[in-house]
Amino acid sequence: MITRNEILETNRMIDDMNLDVRTITMGISLLDCADADIDKFNEKIYNKITTCAKDLVKVGDELAKKYGIPVVNKRISITPIAIAAAGCKTDSYVSIAQTLDKAAKEVGVNFIGGFSALVHKGYTQSDRKLIASIPEAMAVTERVCSSVNIGTSRNGINMDAVKEMGEIILKTAELTKDAECIGCAKLVVFCNAVEDNPFMAGAFHGVGEADCAINVGVSGPGVVKKALEEVRGADFETLCETVKRTAFKITRVGQMIAKEASEILNVPFGIIDLSLAPTPAVGDSIAEIFQEMGLAEPGAPGTTAALALLNDNVKKGGVMASSYVGGLSGAFIPVSEDHGMIEAAEKGALTLEKLEAMTCVCSVGLDMIAIPGDTPASTISGIIADEAAIGMVNNKTTAVRLIPVIGRKEGGHVEFGGLLGHAPVMPVNRYSCEDFIARGGRIPAPIHSFKN
Amino acid sequence: MQEMEKAVITVVGQDAVGITARVCTLLADTNINILDISQTIVGGYFNMVTVVDITNATSDYNEISAKFDALGNEMGLKIRVQHTRIFDAMHRI
Repeated sequence: MITRNEILETNRMIDDMNLDVRTITMGISLLDCADADIDKFNEKIYNKITTCAKDLVKVGDELAKKYGIPVVNKRISITPIAIAAAGCKTDSYVSIAQTLDKAAKEVGVNFIGGFSALVHKGYTQSDRKLIASIPEAMAVTERVCSSVNIGTSRNGINMDAVKEMGEIILKTAELTKDAECIGCAKLVVFCNAVEDNPFMAGAFHGVGEADCAINVGVSGPGVVKKALEEVRGADFETLCETVKRTAFKITRVGQMIAKEASEILNVPFGIIDLSLAPTPAVGDSIAEIFQEMGLAEPGAPGTTAALALLNDNVKKGGVMASSYVGGLSGAFIPVSEDHGMIEAAEKGALTLEKLEAMTCVCSVGLDMIAIPGDTPASTISGIIADEAAIGMVNNKTTAVRLIPVIGRKEGGHVEFGGLLGHAPVMPVNRYSCEDFIARGGRIPAPIHSFKN
Repeated sequence: MQEMEKAVITVVGQDAVGITARVCTLLADTNINILDISQTIVGGYFNMVTVVDITNATSDYNEISAKFDALGNEMGLKIRVQHTRIFDAMHRI
């Protein structure tokens, strides 16, 4: 029989430490919706999404009630539209984004991810159409998320795409400048994108996936932080063991919810993504974990090491607790979504360069960072190229989600609201990389990718 | 044999006369058997943890939960009904 202390421990995690299941994301393949007529394609994807996901929100809410744990987000990921819509005879994919937005609203999910293209080695005609449609699609929809994969460890980096994405990000910011450039918060540029990521904005349902799958993202930085309070001043062995044990407990809950959601919805269980994902709430922060480890502010010397051990031990603990682990798994370090990171950035303790170093050891990359609106497209491309190079060489997923805030300069502020939070506009290195980016072509795959 | 379905009911709030009685009456009314009950009062705060067998309950899970929500609201208490599987998942391998 479960003991009173165990019951109270679980409920303390939920009540006082923000333990939750961050997202149940249903992956839906749209490959069978192909049609040359875009109107028919839109009709087919709308019907498929609203049929497959009709009970998703209801089941998520019921499980939350049954176990007394919040299931914060219910979301959908779909086959990258550049692949699913490749057969459509059309010049623009904006109407597809609008259809996705309508489908998301119909089933009640807060985001749908997969307005995406995979161009790490080259473009198809469809990829070009999709990328060109991104700025308008992000401006006219509310819940659609977009991502573009521009590099992999296996294939190198498509520098033409890197150049283009710098321009697309700026254009997206321009088109949504009346809404705090929010379009850019829904757009991610990846290297080594994963096909089963349940977290937004980078979720899409890969072509190697089943027709439909349930992927669950667990979270709980607050629980890790509280656990570390108990071992204040202890050595690194104790620190790492504590993170591992905590990650194990958190993940077990996610695994249980995922299994049950998959049974009720009659959809195969895909993976658990063991990610520490912060929210702007106090007590739900990665920065607070750094402070508990002994750093005055995130960004102080030691931060990269602290993040490396956090990321690694979250995985070590979590892997044991779940039958299938996937997605991004690790610690996210978004700036605008973590009050401690925001404060550190405002004080100047945390810089873009330090964040870049941190992305070598975190689960993804430069995330939710506001930069001056007059940053040149080539500079944004340069940042994307740096981040992609880190991912390519280190065989890890990296990503860039930058928000050039049109009309605002360094020291300004941007307010997205809700889970996306707010952020100071951070300074960007002012030296040009324009000639480097203008070269075009591809960076070949690194030597250690040849493993066959 | 059918596996026993168990739930944990936790009650937290300002102490008052009749909390346990009201909770237990509601359990009896819905044919829910108490397997374990423990209760403490710390600094005037009532704190009860009850493990119950809901296998033969006459209401389904949502109804039970709604009834306890209503009772909690009426008495100014926080009452939570949770299936025990979450605790087993977290604390048992």
